[in-house]
Amino acid sequence: MTVSTMVVWGVVIGGLLLSLKPLGTYMYKVFTFQPTLFDRPFKPLENVIFRLIHVSRDSEMTALEYGVSFVLMNMLWALMAYTLLRIQGLLPFNPQHFPNLNAPLAFNTSASFTTNTNWQAYSGENTLSYFSQFAVLEFLQFVTPASGGAVGLAFIRGITGRKLGNFFVDLTLLLTRVLLPLALIFGVAFVAAGVPDTLGPYLHLHTLTGQTQIVPRGPIAGWEAIEHLGQNGGGFTNANSANPLENPSALTNVLQSIAMGLVPVAFFYMFGLFAGKRRLAWTLIAVAGTLFLAMLAMIYFPEASGNPVINLLGLSGHGNYVGTELQQGIGGTSIFETASNAFTTGSVSAANDSFLPIPSLALFLGMFLNMVFGGKGVGLLNMLMFVLLTIFLMGLMVGRTPEFLGKKIEAKEISLTAIAFLIHPLLILVGSAIAVATPLGMAGVFNPGPQGLSEILYAFTSGAANNGSALGGLGASLPFYEIAIGVVMILGRYASVVLMLLVAESLWQKKAVPETSGTMHTDTPLFASILLGAIIVLNALTFFPIMALGPLAEHYLLVTHHVFS
Amino acid sequence: MDNTIRTQPAASRPSRFGELVRDTLVKLDPRAMVHNPVMFVVEVGTAVTLWLTMFSSPGPQRAYDGLVTAILVMTLLFATFAEAYAESRGRAQADFLRQSRATAQARVVQGDGTWEWTEGTALQRGMRIRIEAGDVVPGDGVVLEGVGAMDESAITGESASVIKSPGDSVTAGTALLSDTLLVEITAEAGQTFLDRMIALVEGAERQKTPNEIALSALLGVLTLIFVLVVVTLGPITLYYGKHVVNITTLVALLVCLIPTTIGALLSAIGIAGMNRVAKIHVVAKSGRAVEVCGDIDTLILDKTGTITMGNRMATEFLPVPGVSLEELAEIAWMASDTDTTPEGRSVVELAQHILQRTQALAFSGESVPFSANTRMSGVDLADGRRVRKGAVDAIVKMVGQAPTALEEAAERVARAGGTPLAVAVDNRALGIIRLKDVVKPGLKERFANFRAMGIRTVMATGDNPITARVIADEAGIDEVLAEVTPEGKLALIQKEQSQGKLVAMTGDGTNDAPALAQADVGLAMGVGTMAAKEAGNMVDLDSNPTKLLDVVEVGKQLLITRGALTTFSISNDVAKYFAIVPAMFAGVPLLHGLSALNIMDLKTPQGAILSALIFNALIIPALIPFAVRGVKYRPQSADRLLLRNIFNWGVIGVIIPFVGIWGIDHVLGLFGLA
Repeated sequence: MTVSTMVVWGVVIGGLLLSLKPLGTYMYKVFTFQPTLFDRPFKPLENVIFRLIHVSRDSEMTALEYGVSFVLMNMLWALMAYTLLRIQGLLPFNPQHFPNLNAPLAFNTSASFTTNTNWQAYSGENTLSYFSQFAVLEFLQFVTPASGGAVGLAFIRGITGRKLGNFFVDLTLLLTRVLLPLALIFGVAFVAAGVPDTLGPYLHLHTLTGQTQIVPRGPIAGWEAIEHLGQNGGGFTNANSANPLENPSALTNVLQSIAMGLVPVAFFYMFGLFAGKRRLAWTLIAVAGTLFLAMLAMIYFPEASGNPVINLLGLSGHGNYVGTELQQGIGGTSIFETASNAFTTGSVSAANDSFLPIPSLALFLGMFLNMVFGGKGVGLLNMLMFVLLTIFLMGLMVGRTPEFLGKKIEAKEISLTAIAFLIHPLLILVGSAIAVATPLGMAGVFNPGPQGLSEILYAFTSGAANNGSALGGLGASLPFYEIAIGVVMILGRYASVVLMLLVAESLWQKKAVPETSGTMHTDTPLFASILLGAIIVLNALTFFPIMALGPLAEHYLLVTHHVFS
Repeated sequence: MDNTIRTQPAASRPSRFGELVRDTLVKLDPRAMVHNPVMFVVEVGTAVTLWLTMFSSPGPQRAYDGLVTAILVMTLLFATFAEAYAESRGRAQADFLRQSRATAQARVVQGDGTWEWTEGTALQRGMRIRIEAGDVVPGDGVVLEGVGAMDESAITGESASVIKSPGDSVTAGTALLSDTLLVEITAEAGQTFLDRMIALVEGAERQKTPNEIALSALLGVLTLIFVLVVVTLGPITLYYGKHVVNITTLVALLVCLIPTTIGALLSAIGIAGMNRVAKIHVVAKSGRAVEVCGDIDTLILDKTGTITMGNRMATEFLPVPGVSLEELAEIAWMASDTDTTPEGRSVVELAQHILQRTQALAFSGESVPFSANTRMSGVDLADGRRVRKGAVDAIVKMVGQAPTALEEAAERVARAGGTPLAVAVDNRALGIIRLKDVVKPGLKERFANFRAMGIRTVMATGDNPITARVIADEAGIDEVLAEVTPEGKLALIQKEQSQGKLVAMTGDGTNDAPALAQADVGLAMGVGTMAAKEAGNMVDLDSNPTKLLDVVEVGKQLLITRGALTTFSISNDVAKYFAIVPAMFAGVPLLHGLSALNIMDLKTPQGAILSALIFNALIIPALIPFAVRGVKYRPQSADRLLLRNIFNWGVIGVIIPFVGIWGIDHVLGLFGLA
């Protein structure tokens, strides 16, 4: 491991560790309506918004109201995005004169950006006007992570014995108090670090070889800030953060990696404050952190030791640089990719298709789990879903009805939780099965061998996990994939979240049981180990067969030096 | 009394073994099986492979399909056998109770005061019946007139007869030994206490408990996930060409993955839990009540007598200055030599202990029995000395001038919750005997265990605070509420419950009924009034209040057993994947590399699948003893329990199938099947 790798990793991990406590505490104060430093500038603005939409800060919603508000609000945004993309040609800020989007692509794109997935079945620089980029998609990049975070907040409140709160209040505060200020800071930082931010047309440059090259540019710095802060992940250009204009240096690479994790990790800490158990927060952070480090190792070490087939040719010792942005190196790429799939951002700083099978497996892992901190709020919600499942399965072994935070977990909660857990594999497996079994789906496969299958699996996993990255190589712009993945993204975003809100409400309504020495503690290293084991086993049982058919099969072909011609 | 009319002839019932076989087969009925989603999926899978066996072409494929089908049938039979076996054990206990069920006739009192024979089965609430000596009580009721001795051994197992007087309840199946009673029937025929006990023990009224429902739901969804995994695997493998996997193998994989171990044993665990409760002579009115016992936070024991021997015992001699301990002991012995009360015996025993002698004291004299008038007893020795022990003020009066040390010692004893007895010879006071109620042996350890489990014990007693406090300290009880009225007990329970705690209590009197009903677990004493028995959700036939401690352990064991077998079931799947996944794709050239996952080095693909499936089936009967007896439970803190059980069932659960499947594969190899 090189020194630069260690420095880059150290800065990212250290930055997240240092920020989680102050940011988590700040967010706890904001969402428990305690005074904070930023009341003065933001409160008047918020008050205007609240008056306009006729809600008060302390109004409450039931789980159903909260869930319906969340889904309806998102539907409204999707409809708006769909319409604007369909009439892009008529709208201003279109210096390249891009035409209207066709229906399947507009559906896929609006579904993708509304569900915080940012799966892109198009190349931004060849398809979208500046208006579509910043007024439609960048708008969604602000509001959809905020709405996901709001749901996470409601879940936290319910499970810690509070009323769920009001969706519109939470949405507004997440925007005004968390995302906008952070985006401002990171946007300015990116501009300072050399990321362009302009409404001017694409540059026409004459290269040294006498050719003319078109360099796409635009309001990129602001986009990058919220793309990563909101775990959105949709690139301004097709190459995403592998494009040197989006991610020009090691500094921006580190900043983007930190930006992705900042709020999701702080959500874990904030949960500990809500629960009145900081140790519980650290326990969950330790579990997610261990998985994060495992992913990092799974990506870095195989990549650094290189492709076995190439090594056989005597070219060993340089690592697998295919598809890697050379200036970031394998170390910088590994941390970015780990962060991107752990926090379900889905932006890429390399060509994922060129990764060796085990690193691909790590990318899958992040999306299967969907709780290695995950997207803000939603990742924590998934983590707590596993906590509930683990407590129910293992907690019986202490001879009491399983309980979490003093609330007994009974038939209703465990059924809803289990069904929420079911939805994720359901979408991935059924979607992939349909794609493989139909000519429509197979029409998009261009790579031979297991990699072709992995690409299909990855596409549906990315959609279900609302991640948005692609292994690439798949004909994702086929109408079949645009529609199928669009549907998967929508179900993946809303179905389990609404179920978990019902769980939170059901737990909130229960009377809390006092803690005794007969209570199983959830804030101990023992529980952390059990939770980690349960998460790994439950996911391995679900996804092992398809991973065997995809990345694992390819891995074994690679180590036996099988080459596809 | 005539036993032949009471017991049903045993011969009319089919043999226990025949019943077991019949039940095992009857439970295969899909209409019954559908209530157990895990095993229902196995049954559907069996039907699929059976169909494939019948219609596939003869040859190796057909033999393989046939073998898989046979193993699946075996799996189903093991599951139904486990349940039938647990039920048959319950039935054995029901038979014990049924022996005492009265099929006797009743003397129903008519309006004119005469009585007529009526079948016991025709009794209705409100009827008045006459019971004469030698009759078996035909139904539950309340005594209106008369006093008589009742033999309740059929229900309580206690041989001592019980006196019943107006207001007392009588229970069907017991027998009147003397006199005549007029009884009003309080329960319809077939609804008596005994009838309900039998129904409960037999499992006829068994309903799934809340935790069982929750676990079933989770197992159902887990099964659904595995159905999904396996069903989608078919189309996904089309990527590598047609007929990559055959359906029989997919069914085998599915059955291996779904939690069949816990699915097969879940109801057996519940039935066996009820049986274990019945075995300690407690009748729980529902499985839910037993389960709630595992969650109890506070245990309320009524009255001091619950935890003490109930008799005051001599624990210490306190001589006044100038008297030796030995002299006091000897005189106290003399004074108590003819005293046959437990108190008197305990004085002699203590003196024997102090004097280190067991043979009788050599003295002669005339014993003076205790009388309420003198409040002392003793002996007038042949040499004229008058040896006495008795109430302190009575002795002081007898000796005239008692040393101040005597009264000081007496006061000290009283303040410490004991009862002082003074000892004197003629006009000379020798000292004080400390009489004290002592805690039943073994209870202190049990309460300590409860503290380890996080259960707080509270004693709510009508006794005075000093006595109660002393006993509580000695027993290690956490809290004492003295001089509590029945209303006070109710308030205490409500206060605990308002803090979210689950409360268990014991009681026997009618005035305990509201508290018993309010408590989450109310254990009524078998000798208690009908009102108490109706209000509680459990009845202890032995009338031992500390039985609650046993029931709590059974409740915890029940939950632990479910959790342990669920964990074990899921942990097992890891090894099964390593056996089946490399085997099922062995025919695809591009997937040959997956044989690296065959870390058990299983010989052939078909052998690997069969081995995993056989292991999956055999583990069910192997775990029946755990399901029926319950996983061993040691009282300790939740975190320690978790650590131990996670290791025993989670970690070992991952390892065992690797060894088991590897072993079965080698055995199959001997028969040329692998």
